[in-house]
Amino acid sequence: MDASANLVQAIGLGKQVETGEGMLVILDDINFVVAAGASVALLGASGSGKTTLLGLLAGLDRPSSGRVLIDGQDLEALDEDGRAQLRAERIGFVFQNFQLLQGLSALENVMLPLELAGAAEPRREAGELLARVGLEKRLGHYPNQLSGGEQQRCAIARAFAARPSLLIADEPTGNLDPHTGARVIELLFELNQARGATLVMATHDEALAGHCGQRLQLQAGQLV
Amino acid sequence: MLTRDWRGGELQLLAVALLIAVTSVSAVGFFVDRAERGLARQAAALIAADLVVSSAAPLSPAFAQQARAQGLATAQIRQLRSVALAGERLQLVEVKAVSPGYPLRGELRTAPQAYAPDRPAAGIPPRGEAWVQPRLLQALGLEVGDSFQLGEQPLRIGRILSVEPDPGGDMFSVAPRVLINLDDLPATGLLGQGALVNYRLLIAGEAAAVQTSRANLALQLRGGEKLLQARDGRPELRSALERAQRFLSLAALVSVLLAGVAVATAARRFARRHFDTSAILRCLGATQGRIARAFGLEMLWLALLASTAGVLLGVAAQALIARLLERLLLVPLPPPSWQPLLPGYATGLLLLLGFALPPLLALRQVPPLRVLRRDVPVRAARGWPLYAAMLVAMGVLSYWQLGDARLVLTVFAGMLASVALLALAARLLILLLGRLRGRVGVAWRFGLANIARRPGASVVQLVAIGLGLTVLLLLSTVRNDLLRDWRRSLPPQAPNHFLINVQPDQVAGIRAFFADQGVARPVLHPMVRARLVSLNGKPVSSHDYAGERAKHLVTREFNLSWAARPQADNRIVAGRWWSPDEQGQAQLSLEAGLAETLGIALHDRVGFRVNGRVREFRVTSLRQVDWDSFNVNFFTLVPPGVLAGEPASYVTSLYLAAADKPRLAALVQQFPNVTVIDIDAVLTGVRRLIGQVTRAVEFLFLFTLAAGVAVLYAAIQTHRDERRYESALLRTLGARRGVLLRGLLAEFLTLGALAGLLAGLAASALAWALAAQVFHFAYRFDPAVVAWGVLAGVLLVGAAGWLGTRRALNQAPARSLREAL
Repeated sequence: MDASANLVQAIGLGKQVETGEGMLVILDDINFVVAAGASVALLGASGSGKTTLLGLLAGLDRPSSGRVLIDGQDLEALDEDGRAQLRAERIGFVFQNFQLLQGLSALENVMLPLELAGAAEPRREAGELLARVGLEKRLGHYPNQLSGGEQQRCAIARAFAARPSLLIADEPTGNLDPHTGARVIELLFELNQARGATLVMATHDEALAGHCGQRLQLQAGQLV
Repeated sequence: MLTRDWRGGELQLLAVALLIAVTSVSAVGFFVDRAERGLARQAAALIAADLVVSSAAPLSPAFAQQARAQGLATAQIRQLRSVALAGERLQLVEVKAVSPGYPLRGELRTAPQAYAPDRPAAGIPPRGEAWVQPRLLQALGLEVGDSFQLGEQPLRIGRILSVEPDPGGDMFSVAPRVLINLDDLPATGLLGQGALVNYRLLIAGEAAAVQTSRANLALQLRGGEKLLQARDGRPELRSALERAQRFLSLAALVSVLLAGVAVATAARRFARRHFDTSAILRCLGATQGRIARAFGLEMLWLALLASTAGVLLGVAAQALIARLLERLLLVPLPPPSWQPLLPGYATGLLLLLGFALPPLLALRQVPPLRVLRRDVPVRAARGWPLYAAMLVAMGVLSYWQLGDARLVLTVFAGMLASVALLALAARLLILLLGRLRGRVGVAWRFGLANIARRPGASVVQLVAIGLGLTVLLLLSTVRNDLLRDWRRSLPPQAPNHFLINVQPDQVAGIRAFFADQGVARPVLHPMVRARLVSLNGKPVSSHDYAGERAKHLVTREFNLSWAARPQADNRIVAGRWWSPDEQGQAQLSLEAGLAETLGIALHDRVGFRVNGRVREFRVTSLRQVDWDSFNVNFFTLVPPGVLAGEPASYVTSLYLAAADKPRLAALVQQFPNVTVIDIDAVLTGVRRLIGQVTRAVEFLFLFTLAAGVAVLYAAIQTHRDERRYESALLRTLGARRGVLLRGLLAEFLTLGALAGLLAGLAASALAWALAAQVFHFAYRFDPAVVAWGVLAGVLLVGAAGWLGTRRALNQAPARSLREAL
């Protein structure tokens, strides 16, 4: 396989943490690649290490062993600010509990990544994105004035704002009722396709995983 | 639970705040207690003993034996008037014959020559020798080493007597002192029939033994024998110490109140972090009462531990203060007593009860449903009981510290007004900020949004920080003004000599003398001796009064003086000063303290016997006199012309530099009857006192500063978790460290600048009120205070904010996110 076509490469990835009772192995020797434009479902029971793996892929945390390459760039070769820069330019996030900044309005939340990436017209672009997710009438509202589904739609708009090549989603429907969850997923895949991004999504929803082209199953910190 | 919560951080802050409060309260408590008792010893120096038995007849030797049996030290004095003879010249003298051990309290100082530097005397004059005041040398034309005749005994002048602790009687007495050995007295033959001798037994020692001895002696006294006990020390020392004590107490109180704010802030955060614990406990079946008890006990332990540490630190701190003040009193300070322990512990408990418990009680109300849904709101503790508890705690603490309702009210009114104004101004400023944020970059928008998003919390923070800064600014301004005022009250050229007994026909000559010497141009005040005989037509006697000071005042001679205008250091507090056309009328202006002691009111008629004739005056004004100025001042003043023709002498005070002192020799040669009194020693003492009190005040100020910083830190820590979480989230979205740092700085600097601005204005207003109401000095508005406020706010809040959040900046975002969630 051509290395340049692989957007994400995990090589011998391991994560251990020190606890009172010795070392706890969370991830052990994880190896996989994700091709650019692919969609991957990361499946596993609660505590299997899904969220930790996503954190490592995005450079939010550092592995105990192994390395992660994004578009050929080794994350370990970058410092904290370098990784932040990389995220600003190439990675978008959707979280289970939305993670909108409470002090900023919906519009300001979506503007944030645009501004961090140095976009020319952050306000206009953010407005368009919010219209796209159906929140054009709620630009000035604060997160606590939005319903759960609205918050997640806002978060999706924010995730795609800076045109990331990689979208990382952590149980995006975990906090939503089935109906709202289905609408959000629709939107997520629609935007993903439209923008040609690569999607890595952690979930334990088999139906949701069925939408994805590739499945990775985690069990007790190992890929099975 | 205590140890587990300790790691949470809020408890540490609670403990530090308590520690600061308890330490400063007990340091001041211990110190004031010691200084009070030290001052009592100082007062003892004025009678050269703790207790004196005085009589016109020989005292029973049993008195001294009993005292010694109780482990007390004793000494004897015989005092009489006699005449010293040298060749053809005669001089009336006050003879004081003393036994070894004199003085039991205070210090005797002598010099080898007149007006030469003196030093403490070792013991008393040896037999055959006399130590005399320089006036005797002038009067008899003698030098040190010459002899004179006292009764039948020749005495050699051994040294010049410069300071005796117990001059007794009238400072303006004309007869110079002659101090001799008690064993020489019989040989003079002055103790014959009809001699007016004052016999005194001096007693000193442990306070308890002195009290026992006093009680014993009181039962044995015969007619004509009286007991004197050290009461009131030197008034100029007392007034300086009282002001110092007031300021120290105020500083301590402010530390306590600031610590209270820090405690309240930390407790709120502690409560918030324990919502989940409480919810789980309630789910598991714990009752509200049980939860309240659990947290209550935890706080009680904390209060006890922190108070114990605070009291111990207080003991150490007062030792430092006492060292600073060691040479302030001529006697060493007594060791600390354990009395101030109580206020220390009480402060710790009250602070927690009043400031920490109310927010903690909200924990009882946590709905168990929160276990399932974290966003279930927790009803905050009800507003008014919370604030009422704080107010009551503050009131009790303040009154305890200051013991002065008026000062407490001033401080309180000031604080409440500041809080209200700060809150109002903070709200307005936050509204303004909200409009501003559309026009700034991402970092500043984030920072400003942080302030504007929680208007309630931001107002609380602004008020807490503003209050802290207000108090710090206030204290530093009041402190500077107060110290400046003190120093000004005793300028380097304060009068250090008094000239008394100047005759009316010598006034012009004296003025000319000093004009020729180019030294000073003294103002000479007339005075006429008078005795108080009646009040509103009724005769006055010492039996009419209970207080010793009043009894003493009634029996002593008053010096009536006259003046057309009041002196600059006098302030009319009741009635009014006479106008020029009222000159010659029988009006009287009394010093307010004297009027109070003697129970004389405005418009009363006061009768004085002047030169054998009773003259009646109506009190038309009361004056407050600044005795600290060391200018000549009079208790009793009348308009010019009333006492024309009465036998008057003149008195003046003037400053002479050390180099100019020898000119006094020429003065006394030209005017032999004029008496020169040198108060340089007293002045040096007072100057030293002011210097030392200044240092003590500055030392205590450090505690207040620490309390203020604790408040700032607590206020900033309130939202630490949210800040860390948000920082992590921003980094996840790709914000670099610089952007985050700018955002946080934007928030803290804005907060700091706003709080500083408000604090500067509030402190200026409060300083003005305190200056006018409590410390009585003129206040000038100083714009620099506001500038300092803004600067201090920006620096302190910026530094504290950076310290509190820098970890979030340096940590991997996944870790911060996990910790925060």
